[in-house]
Parts: sequence; C-alpha cells; structure tokens
Amino acid sequence: MATMTIGTKTLALDADGNLANMNDWNEEVARELAVQEGITELTPQHWAVINFMRQVFAKEGDAPSIRRLTKESGVDTKTLYQLFPKGPAKKAAKIAGLPKPKGCI
Amino acid sequence: MRHLLILGGGTGGTIMANKLAAALDEQEWQITIVDATEQHYYQPGFLLVPFGTYRIRDIVKPRRQYLPRRVNVIISGIDHIDAEKKSVTLANKAVLKYDYMIIATGADIHPEQIEGLMDEEWGRSKFDFYSPKGANRLAQFFKTWQGGKLVLNIAEMPIKCPVAPLEFLFLADSYFTKRGMRDKVELQLVTPLSGAFTKPTSSRVLGEFLERKGISVVPDFNIARVDSKEKKIVSWDENEVSYDVLVSIPTNMGDAAIQRSGLGNELNFIPTDKETLLAEELKDVFVLGDATNLPSSKAGSVVHFQSEVLFQNFLEHIDGRPPVAHFDGHSNCFIESGFDKGMLIDFNYKTEPLPGEFPLPGVGPFTLLGESRINHYGKLMFRWVYWNLLLRGMELPIEAEMSMAGKRV
Repeated sequence: MATMTIGTKTLALDADGNLANMNDWNEEVARELAVQEGITELTPQHWAVINFMRQVFAKEGDAPSIRRLTKESGVDTKTLYQLFPKGPAKKAAKIAGLPKPKGCI
Repeated sequence: MRHLLILGGGTGGTIMANKLAAALDEQEWQITIVDATEQHYYQPGFLLVPFGTYRIRDIVKPRRQYLPRRVNVIISGIDHIDAEKKSVTLANKAVLKYDYMIIATGADIHPEQIEGLMDEEWGRSKFDFYSPKGANRLAQFFKTWQGGKLVLNIAEMPIKCPVAPLEFLFLADSYFTKRGMRDKVELQLVTPLSGAFTKPTSSRVLGEFLERKGISVVPDFNIARVDSKEKKIVSWDENEVSYDVLVSIPTNMGDAAIQRSGLGNELNFIPTDKETLLAEELKDVFVLGDATNLPSSKAGSVVHFQSEVLFQNFLEHIDGRPPVAHFDGHSNCFIESGFDKGMLIDFNYKTEPLPGEFPLPGVGPFTLLGESRINHYGKLMFRWVYWNLLLRGMELPIEAEMSMAGKRV
C-alpha cells in the first residue's frame, strides 16, 4: 500500500492516492496534500471549500459534486476551477482527507 | 382498498406494474400508473439510429400495450408530490392519493444546462443522440457528411448508459470505414473522467480499444461552454477543443417534478437506500432506476435487477415487515464495438468489470471485457427480450445478484 510521510509520521493511502484513514487528517496534512496537487498556498477560500466538503462527508458519507459545491458552498464554478485546477471535486476531496467522490460508475 | 401509485411508465414502472398486478389481490388493491406520454421508447435503440441500423419507428411502441389491463393508466405530467399528505398533484391539477408509491420517473438530458449548446447550430453542427429527435437528426446528417473532426463530449457524470458514448465512437469508426471515408473522419472522446471509463481494469481495456481504432481521448475536460462561431468547446479551466461536428451527451437530470417537490439532490435524483430501494426521507415510498441517487449505473439491466429486489421488499413492507432483499449494484451491459462485434461487462458496487466468460444457459457463454460476435448478437437479440420478457416482468435466466462465475480476477 502506498504511503506518504509527513514530519515523522507515515500515513497510509488508498488506491486513488487519497488518505486511507480519515482520522490521519489535520490542517498540516492538508497543506502537504495540497502541495502534492500543485497548490502551494491554501487561501481562506480554499479552506471554505475544504471545510464544506468535510461537513457534507461527515453527514452523508460521500463528498459533494462540483454542481453541489457551486450551489451550496458560496464559491462559483469558475472560481472552484481556479482554486483547484482540473478537477475541483476530486482535488478538494483529496486535500480534505476524504476518499475520491463516488460520483457514478 | 389500498392504493399503489407508480410514477413513470418507462422500463422500471412498467416492470413493477406487471409484477405487482400479478401479485396483489384485485379486490384489495388499486394500481395507478402515471406517465407524460403515450409512447414507450426502447432507449438502448437510440444509439443505433444515427448509423441507420434502426429507425425511430423500430424502437417505439404504445405504452399501454405493455401495461396490465387492471392497471389504471393516466397520461399526464406531474406537478408535484406532497409526501406529508401522501398525494401527487398532476399537471392538470388532479390530485391522486396513495398508500404506497413507487417513483420511477427516470432521467433525461438537459442541453440547456450548457452555455451556448442550444443555439441556431443545434441540430446542424451540434447534436445529441439520447432523444428520438436528436438521434434522427444525426442519422440524416451522417447520410451526406463529407468528413471532418467529430468530437463526442460528455458534459458531466452521471449519465444514462455510461458505455453508450464509447459504443457511439466504436460504431462511428465501423460506419465510416464501411462507407469508405474513415480516413476523412477524425474521432475524439472529450470526457470529464480521467480515462475511457471509470473503473481501472475496464478503463484500461476500453482505452486500448479506442487507441487501436484510432480514436483519441481528451480526459479531465469539464465543459463550461460551447462557442458555435469558432466551433470549439471550452472547459472551466479555459482549455479548448475544436470540432466540425459536436455530439454532446448533455447533463442528465431527474424529473423537474422532483425538484418542484423539494425531494431530490442537485440533479433532481432522489436519495434512496442503496440496498433496500426505500426512499430515505419518504414514508411508504420506493424509488427505482434512473430516478434514484444510487452509485450504480443508470441502465436498463440495473432497473431489471433492482425490480426483483423492490418486488420482494414491497411485499414485505405492505405487511409491516422489514425489507429482506438487498440490491448489490449489479449491472450487465453489452457494448457494441463495431464491425458486428460486441463486448460485455458485468459488475456491481464492489466488483469492477473483469475479463472472463459470462455463462448463460442455452445461449452463452458471452465474452467479458473482450470482443466477440455472440456479444453483438446478444445485444441485437435484447430488443426482443426487452419488449416480450423484461417489461412484462418475466423471469430471465440471469440472477439479480452478481455472480463471480467465469470472471478472471
């Protein structure tokens, strides 16, 4: 199984490269995951999205889609793509320490 | 007298009406089904219309012909559901009360969700094939097309029949080859997914197929708008892909009545227990097929497998017992791969599509995640199975629960 090292701790990753154990997550881990995704600095807007994703996941067991992020997080689609280039839902979920959104088969 | 109301007379609603009409006592139960139109389309057939294999008249039948005589059929749109009062208000303002309800209102394409898609070029250089009109227009267009770059774009997931876009490209490759103009046609898949398909093994195998057939893939592309003048599609992060012909799989959404009733998610799909098929927040309501928010494929085979689970759980539920049957996410899809061949994939929530053989008594084995002629004939044969066995709720020689028999892990 793949792992990532942060400080002296080794954290397990799942097949998609997301944290295997959500409890390993903290803000420092988030910043490290963000760097791996090419995001060097997490701004308050990034954190608003990340926290929203964690809230939804805690309640519903799956991360929200981009469409729902746009509708409910207060950040529009265009900005979401600027904050998390390529795939906002996938990327934000990873940085938020959540598994890849199930989306659909 | 207890009243069962079924919303939607498509694949799921029709199967349930047939199964339950046979199981529920006529003296005790009244069954009503509501649908907006008189025509029942064999939706898997849309894919074959652009290439002239089927005409629209080959894939449409009168809806009532497939519903049992004892069922009260109402042709009307639905205004909204009032789950508190256990009633449904129709478009004509009539109010139907229910004791139990099955929602099978399906999903449909929404091209208006994509900026710039539905302008004066819609139906000229930009098409869909998920509607009778769209599939037909594309068939007419292909007849005289001289070639160029055909881009197939998936707007966002989930979509009905997630393999249909790939099949469309495989069939286009075959069709233009047979017409002797494949060298004049460039085929490209532009998808929000990271590869050809979602799950690793099938994504790799199907990706190799695309490559072998000279079909290129632009992954991770999330469409923001279409620029008809420049003939290009633009993503949210400002990447551009040019086209001569755009075949769009627009955003798929559940029925607008679900939104008006405040019952769905951001795409109007209804939160549903993924194993029992009971609506999560509504009393005495089951949800079936494309109308659900389940992480299973939106496809006819899935509806068929779900209908067996729903049938068992419905009979338990009306007697006040907890549900006994559990849906495992089973999906079984023939994939047309062109040149009279096809593939088959069989999977569920936990097991991704794997290669191997799919045993089917009397007919099979079919080839899993590989090409064969029998798979293609399986797909063509399925139209007959759909009208004559599946819709009527008859037993098919394939289990609702996925089996590992024949699969290579």
